[in-house]
Amino acid sequence: MADRKPLYLMTPALAWLTAFMVVPCLLVLALAFFRRGIYGGIEYTFTLETIALVFDPLYASIFIKSALIAGLAGLIASVIGYSAAYAIAAMPARRQPLLLFFAVLPFWSNYLVRTYAWIVLLNREGLITALARYLGYDGEMPRMLYTESAVVIGLVYNYLPFVILACYAPLSRLNPEIAEASRDLGGSAWTTFRRITLPMTAPGIATGFVFVFVLSIGNFVTPALLGGGQFQMIGNLVYAQFLTANDWPFGAALSMVLIAVMMGLLTLQTFVSERASGARTKEA
Amino acid sequence: MADRSTQRLMLLILAAVFAFLYVPISVLVALSFNEGGLPTAWTGFSTKWYGELISNKDIMGAALNTLIVAVSSTFIATILGSLLAVGVEIRRRKGRVLETVIFAPMIIPDIVLAIALLSFFSMLEVTLGLRTIIVSHVVFNLAFVCAVVRARLKTFDWTIVEASTDLGASTITTLWRVVLPVLMPAVIAGALLAFTLSVDEFIIAFFTAGAGRESITLPMQIFAMIRFGVTPEINALATIVMTVSVVALALSQRLNSGKLAGQ
Repeated sequence: MADRKPLYLMTPALAWLTAFMVVPCLLVLALAFFRRGIYGGIEYTFTLETIALVFDPLYASIFIKSALIAGLAGLIASVIGYSAAYAIAAMPARRQPLLLFFAVLPFWSNYLVRTYAWIVLLNREGLITALARYLGYDGEMPRMLYTESAVVIGLVYNYLPFVILACYAPLSRLNPEIAEASRDLGGSAWTTFRRITLPMTAPGIATGFVFVFVLSIGNFVTPALLGGGQFQMIGNLVYAQFLTANDWPFGAALSMVLIAVMMGLLTLQTFVSERASGARTKEA
Repeated sequence: MADRSTQRLMLLILAAVFAFLYVPISVLVALSFNEGGLPTAWTGFSTKWYGELISNKDIMGAALNTLIVAVSSTFIATILGSLLAVGVEIRRRKGRVLETVIFAPMIIPDIVLAIALLSFFSMLEVTLGLRTIIVSHVVFNLAFVCAVVRARLKTFDWTIVEASTDLGASTITTLWRVVLPVLMPAVIAGALLAFTLSVDEFIIAFFTAGAGRESITLPMQIFAMIRFGVTPEINALATIVMTVSVVALALSQRLNSGKLAGQ
């Protein structure tokens, strides 16, 4: 086909993306350089104050808190996800696709529903309390719902399938002869894992961790539902600026910093994993 | 191969992880059939919570809205996304900017796209409602349709297109009678994926729906119900929503795996 035709096929979609994604995102970027008017609305004079306000200790501490929660969720998800992926990769080859399918299946169900399931479990009158009573415990149950731990559990639960997939990829590609060679040379199973398997599959863990971290740090649904509005994460703050406080420039500035953090991490991760795979090709 | 105790440890890990993944949602499904509806006691099998759903006007209204949004946005996104995919694959020398624009909706955090669209619509003084939700859903839906169709196009035999044009067919005829039939399974798979994503999508709809009750979608209704407090009806609603997503996605995967594609 002639060279011009593809452009003609792509035009409607590209026009849609330009109008409803590129332009709106640039608009938010621009908003960050203005400030809220005294009587609400936006005051159209260029300023860096709004962005500077993000780094005010009050808001910076929310950023740090979000990063800590996202980091903890990423860490726990990585440990559980890597173990699961390792176990799947150790199963007979013909069973692996099915196991992987069932590991990812919950991910296909609605995010709110999966989060709600944890409310049912962690509720004061929930299943865990009921189970404890059934087992004969009649003391005061600790508060489980509306805590930071509940938020971390929710995030780990929702994003675990990602990590399992990310870790399974390098584990399944691992050449078993390398591990065999290590054992022949006298390495114990633990040494082989620690010095051969783990370093060779680390890029998968990094991918999984970064994914969970990036998805968690901007999340506002899980903190809103499982945290019960007890504490704020950056996503909730952005939400509040746009829908409650009506301070769009500040909301925009917060999102821009959030995106910058995410992009930075994703780029770093791509760079590291590209270098790791590059190094491996050289060795081979 | 690994020794017995390692093998046993692996099975134990798998059992624990699968329990972690499946116990919460299984509890939900089981409770939706619990007469009393509370997690504290099983009072007998009943489908009464499903009956409550049907007689709940708010939920039925939200379900209708969800259907309108999902069908319309899927329809638009499938056409635009498929054309985009074909265009991109014909144009072999792909620019980086183009790739970034196409994949961006899959990577941009929902909340960012949501606030961007809210700001955009408000500045243009567009009335928020179902129409703005549909327009916004097309943005990410078309990216996913495009990705699914492109994956199929990687194994597409372009010589049949050459044969078609050599025999005098116009671009439109070639697209319609040669390219589309081969791509159909991928197009349907992409549409099913888009439909599911649209049914499940919450944040973007939440921001672009406006304040009125009349444009509330099912996920928004679920969010409101959860915040209001745990009622047994949500269990039934959750079970239905979950079943629809899993069935549509399983079908999409199957179509896309090529088993039904005849290739």
